[in-house]
Amino acid sequence: MVKLYNDGGRITAALYGDIDHHSAREMRQELDEVIARSQPEMLIIDMENVGFMDSSGIGLILGRLRAVHAHGGEIIIKNARPEIAAVIRLSGLSGLLVEVDKNEKANN
Amino acid sequence: MKKQIINECRISFPSLSVNESYARTVTAAFAAQCDPTVKEITEIKTAVSEAVTNAIVHGYRGCVGKVELLLRQYSGGLIYITVRDKGAGIADIEQAMTPLFTTASEEERSGLGFSVMSSFMDKVSVKSAPGKGTSVTMEKRISCRASAEELRREPAGQVS
Repeated sequence: MVKLYNDGGRITAALYGDIDHHSAREMRQELDEVIARSQPEMLIIDMENVGFMDSSGIGLILGRLRAVHAHGGEIIIKNARPEIAAVIRLSGLSGLLVEVDKNEKANN
Repeated sequence: MKKQIINECRISFPSLSVNESYARTVTAAFAAQCDPTVKEITEIKTAVSEAVTNAIVHGYRGCVGKVELLLRQYSGGLIYITVRDKGAGIADIEQAMTPLFTTASEEERSGLGFSVMSSFMDKVSVKSAPGKGTSVTMEKRISCRASAEELRREPAGQVS
């Protein structure tokens, strides 16, 4: 499941549940819709409520990265658990990972 | 010291993507007996998810077949996991295991499945033959925590 929060040119997509080959398809659709509609300068993927992610999540992130880059936007990933961050690092996408403080989270 | 088998579990399920989470859950429940850390259990679940997804996406591409999951626990916290399909098989295993190599880019497969398995498990071995199927065996030793170590020391057949 994806919950979206729009803040001007910044869109936060909070992902919920496990990200695997099965669930990634639905998330891909929802994210692609918002990217096409809003062309965000910044897409923030919030992983706080993602308990599990395998390499299907990397495919999901890479595909959206291409879509967002196509109109000059950026993606960042926040609140990834250590094991999920480890999968992201394996893919070479560690540059997208950011540490966020609680105050910023409260404002989103 | 000879490895003693502590527990064994064998399940099979149709190669439907909805069953990926089922395979992970069964594996996590099986491995829980070794009292793994959250990190260890997540690593094992992730590795199984990758192997099962490969069987579904590549082994049985365009069809539904049977995926077998064999779980074994040996003394000393050693977990063996085999994921087997009787699907398409792999012609070039070395190429298939190369990071970022994928034959399913249209489905946004990242080509990192084997990298994840190798990174999260101690050993990964692949047997495959085109037209016959693929078998992936992975091994991981769970770190011994005090309570788990006590359980492991319990002699077989002891009457209390």
